[in-house]
Amino acid sequence: MPTADLAVQALGVHKFYGSQHVLRGIDLEVPRGQVVVVVGPSGSGKSTLLRCLNHLETIHRGSIRVCGDLIGYRETPRGLIELRDAEVARHRRRIGMVFQQFNLFPHLTAQGNITAGPVHVLRESRGTAVAEARRLLALVGLPEKADAYPAQLSGGQQQRVAIARALAMQPEVMLFDEPTSALDPEMISEVLDVMVALSKQGMTMIVVTHEMGFARAVADRVVFVDEGRVVEEAAPAEFFSRPRTERGRAFLDKILH
Amino acid sequence: MAGWDWAAFQKYLLNPYLLEGAWTTVWLSVAVMAIGLLLGLAAALMRMSQHRVPRDIARFYIWLMRGTPLLVQLIIIYTGLPQLGIRLTVIQSALLGLGLNEGAYLAEIIRAGILSVPRGQFDAARGVGMPYWTMLRVVILPQAARVIIPPLGNNFNGLLKTTSLASVISLEELLRRSQMLIQLEFKVLEIFIVAACYYLAMTSLWGMVQRRLEAHFGRPYGPSAGGPPRAIEGTLLEQDAR
Repeated sequence: MPTADLAVQALGVHKFYGSQHVLRGIDLEVPRGQVVVVVGPSGSGKSTLLRCLNHLETIHRGSIRVCGDLIGYRETPRGLIELRDAEVARHRRRIGMVFQQFNLFPHLTAQGNITAGPVHVLRESRGTAVAEARRLLALVGLPEKADAYPAQLSGGQQQRVAIARALAMQPEVMLFDEPTSALDPEMISEVLDVMVALSKQGMTMIVVTHEMGFARAVADRVVFVDEGRVVEEAAPAEFFSRPRTERGRAFLDKILH
Repeated sequence: MAGWDWAAFQKYLLNPYLLEGAWTTVWLSVAVMAIGLLLGLAAALMRMSQHRVPRDIARFYIWLMRGTPLLVQLIIIYTGLPQLGIRLTVIQSALLGLGLNEGAYLAEIIRAGILSVPRGQFDAARGVGMPYWTMLRVVILPQAARVIIPPLGNNFNGLLKTTSLASVISLEELLRRSQMLIQLEFKVLEIFIVAACYYLAMTSLWGMVQRRLEAHFGRPYGPSAGGPPRAIEGTLLEQDAR
């Protein structure tokens, strides 16, 4: 597939934490508009992979491209060289990220959280940004919470604001790092519903999650990561019913009863 | 023995010469705090740098300033430096000495404040594409302010009084003016008590301002505001559990 049609292209990505080899040559290609669910046991490197995709973590070998552009590095005859802070920041605008712990800015209202990026990074006028924030709050089902501070919102509401905050930057790709893992069970579906709606609008999404129901319903592909490698890649129906690898089977046995 | 002179005390309470001295103390304190905040922020960020050189420079600066008496620093700057051809006016010397000193203490306070902001906040700010300085200004420092303001207020309270040390390099702040007035009028106790009253008024007024600032930065955190931020509560609880 030509590089330009790929929203995300990771090639041979290696990552170390000290002497610990967390990513051991990850290849991942995500065409525009696809939803890829990344599963794997804890400590398998899936969250690290996601953090590398928008350069919250450096990588030690390999390359990551989003919509054709190298992320975090530039190519030189002597190899890849890490970009300066401002240039990395510019790359990150195209990549939205949603965190397990929401990480809303506690000193700003829901609306303030959503407009922070557009106003301070994209230099949009406050009026434009506020109008867009209102629209996004309605999209995630929280039109009445514009003036609420994070401390006044439930976990599910905070996560939906966090999704709106990422969307406000009009990203080409959305990364979700276990977006429902920190939620009480009754709040999980309200967040998943927003994510399902987003996928239907054609958003490219990479989702690390344990929600197999979501994976089955929405994912174009499931990527099973173990010990820093992509062990298996398949359509969800295929992966869940007939995993091809022994490790895939063992993993599914543990999480599905 | 002359005894206590109420009439003199009342007269000096509204003495324009002393009031001017008090005003000098106020603006000197504010200016020194501004310089100290800039130096302190720079030193705090340098101390947290990934690179060794800025880290070492900041550590040396803090070590030097906190390890020597302010009085000695002021005297060196005002009366020592001219020997090297560096001549500073009284006010320049006071601003430099007090500012450098204040910056060293504020550096540690600001660093603690920044460290109190959870890592996820840095990730989230990066995640929406903020470069370093935007992240600091929009996300990190406003949250750090909540932790910084109580000890910073404490420092400013101290600074209002510490400026009196500048009297030794003949800066005409409140204490120096009091001493000069005493040499003319010999009402030692009355004039010094008036000076003490001025200092009390200034620190009390600041206490009110500080409470407002704390309320302002605590407001988003709901009714529990004023208490310690959650990060600190967490660590306290962990210690209790051990």
